[in-house]
Amino acid sequence: MSAVASMQRLRRLVVAVPYLWLALFFLTPFAIVLRMAFSQAATALPPYAPHWEGLAQLGEFLSQLDLANFSLLGDDALYWQSYLYSLRVAALTTVFALAIGYPLAYAMASAPARWRGLLLVFVILPFWTSFLIRVYAWIGILRPEGLLDAALGLLGFEGEPLRLLNTETAVLLGMVYSYLPFMVLPLFATLEKLDRGLLEAAADLGATPITAFLTVTLPLSLPGILAGSALVFIPAVGEFVIPDLLGGPDTVMIGKVLWSEFFSNRDWPLASAVAVVLLVVLVLPLVLLQRARLSREMAA
Amino acid sequence: MSRLGPGLILALIVGFAFLYLPILTLIAYSFNASRLVTVWGGFSTHWYGALLQNGPLLDAAWLSVRLGFVSATLATVLGTLAALALARHGRFMGRTLFSGMVLAPLVMPEVVTGLSLLLLFVAADVERGFWTVTIAHATFSLGFACIVVQSRLAGFDRSLEEAAQDLGATPFVTFWTVTLPLIWPAVAAAWMLAFTLSLDDLVIASFTTGPGATTLPMRLYSAVKLGVSPEINAACTIMIGAVAVVVIAASLLLKREQLAGS
Repeated sequence: MSAVASMQRLRRLVVAVPYLWLALFFLTPFAIVLRMAFSQAATALPPYAPHWEGLAQLGEFLSQLDLANFSLLGDDALYWQSYLYSLRVAALTTVFALAIGYPLAYAMASAPARWRGLLLVFVILPFWTSFLIRVYAWIGILRPEGLLDAALGLLGFEGEPLRLLNTETAVLLGMVYSYLPFMVLPLFATLEKLDRGLLEAAADLGATPITAFLTVTLPLSLPGILAGSALVFIPAVGEFVIPDLLGGPDTVMIGKVLWSEFFSNRDWPLASAVAVVLLVVLVLPLVLLQRARLSREMAA
Repeated sequence: MSRLGPGLILALIVGFAFLYLPILTLIAYSFNASRLVTVWGGFSTHWYGALLQNGPLLDAAWLSVRLGFVSATLATVLGTLAALALARHGRFMGRTLFSGMVLAPLVMPEVVTGLSLLLLFVAADVERGFWTVTIAHATFSLGFACIVVQSRLAGFDRSLEEAAQDLGATPFVTFWTVTLPLIWPAVAAAWMLAFTLSLDDLVIASFTTGPGATTLPMRLYSAVKLGVSPEINAACTIMIGAVAVVVIAASLLLKREQLAGS
C-alpha cells in the first residue's frame, strides 16, 4: 500500500514541478502582458497606469483599462506597416532559404551514406556558433569598403562601392544565412527517407528526370518543405537583432518597434500591445498549418 | 546509392560556401596585423593579446559561462521531468495546457518572451541580475530540452522498467538505475543545447538583466554597434573554436556509443 502511495506521490511530483514552473514563469508573465496592453503609459514608477490596488478597487481598476493602444496600432501607419513589412521579410527569407536549402538537402540526401553524417554535422555546426557572430561576419563583408567591395575590385569591377549594408538586401542575406540550417534539417530528414525505388519506377514508365521530380519527389517532400518553412518563417517575423544590425531606417521590423517602444520611449503598455498583436499574427499561420496537417492525415 | 551528378555537387559547393565563407573570412581577419578590415597587413596574434587585457569583455564571458551552466542545468532537469510527464503519464489534468506551455516558448518571438518576463519581475519587485536572467533562460530552453529527451523516451523499451519494478525496485530506484542511464545521451544533448541557447541569447537577457550583470552577447552587441574591429574578430574566433571542438567531440562520442550499442 505504501509503495503504491509513494509511487503516486512521485508521479504527481514529476508533473507538478515543471507545471508550476511554467505557470509561474510563462503563463503569469503572459497574463501580465495582456493586462499591460490595456493600460496607459504614465510618468510614474513603474511607468504605467492603473496600478493594481487590491480586490476592493477592482471596479475602478477595470474601468481604467481601455483599447487605446490597439486603436493606435491600427491608426498609426508606422505600426501596421512594420507588421506587414515583417511578414514580407519573413516570407522572402523563407523563399530564398528554400531555394538554397532544397538543392543542398537533396544533394546531401543523395550522397553516399557514409558521407551523410559528416555533411549533417557541417550544416549544424554554424547553428551552434553565436548568432551575433554570424551577423557580425556579414557587417564586415557588406559595409562600404568592406570585403565584398574589395573582392569585386580584385576581380576588376572598379567603380562605386555597393553600399549594401543598411539595406533590405543586407537584412535578407543575414536572415537567410542565419535560418538556413532550420530549413535544411527537416528537408534532409524527409528526402533521406524517400524511397528511391519510386523514382526508378517513374523512369521505367518513361518519365523524364524533371517529370519524376515534379510528380514524385516534390509532393513526397512536402511535409519537409512545410516544416522547414514554418521553422524559418515564425522566428523571422519577430526577429530583432538582424534588422537592427544589418538594416537601415527603411527596414523597420516589428521586433525592433517593440524594442524601441520599450527601451527608448519607455511606453510599456504600447510595447505590450505590440507583443499581443504580434502573437496573434504568428498564431494564425500555425493554426492553419496544423489544420492542413490534420486534413492530410484524415485523407491518408 | 547513385553517384552525385555535377548539378548536385554544385548544390553542395554553393550551399556550404554560403554557410562557411562569412565565418572563414571573419577568422582570417582576426589574424590581420592591420586595423583596417580590407587591408591585409600580415599575420599577427596581436588582437588576441589585446583581448586578454580587455577586462570588461572577460568579465562578461565568465558571467555568461556561469549563467549558462546554471540555467542549462535547471532547464535540463525541468525539461526531463516535463518529457517524462508527457511520455509516461498518459492523460492528466490540464495536459493540453501543459504541452502548450512547454512548446510555446519554441515559437515565441524573443522580444515577447523577454518583455513578459521583465514585466513579471517588475510586478514581483525582485532585484534584476544574474538570477532573473537565469530563470528566463531556463524557462525558454526548457522546451528544447524536453523535445530532445522526449524523442529518446519514444524509442525506449518500457519492459526494462517493468522488469525492474517486478523485481521490487521503487519508482525512484527504477528511474535512477534503468531509465536515466538509458536516456543519458539525450539528457546530455539537451544540456548542451540549453547551454548554447543561453550563451547565445542577447534579446531575452537584455530585457531581464539588471545593473552589474552584463552578458557576453550584450557586451559584443554594443561593441558591434560601434563598428567592426579585429579584436571582436579575435573574440568571435575563440568562441567558434570552442564550439567546433565541443560539437565535434560530442558527435564522435555519440558515434562511439552507437557503435558500442549495436
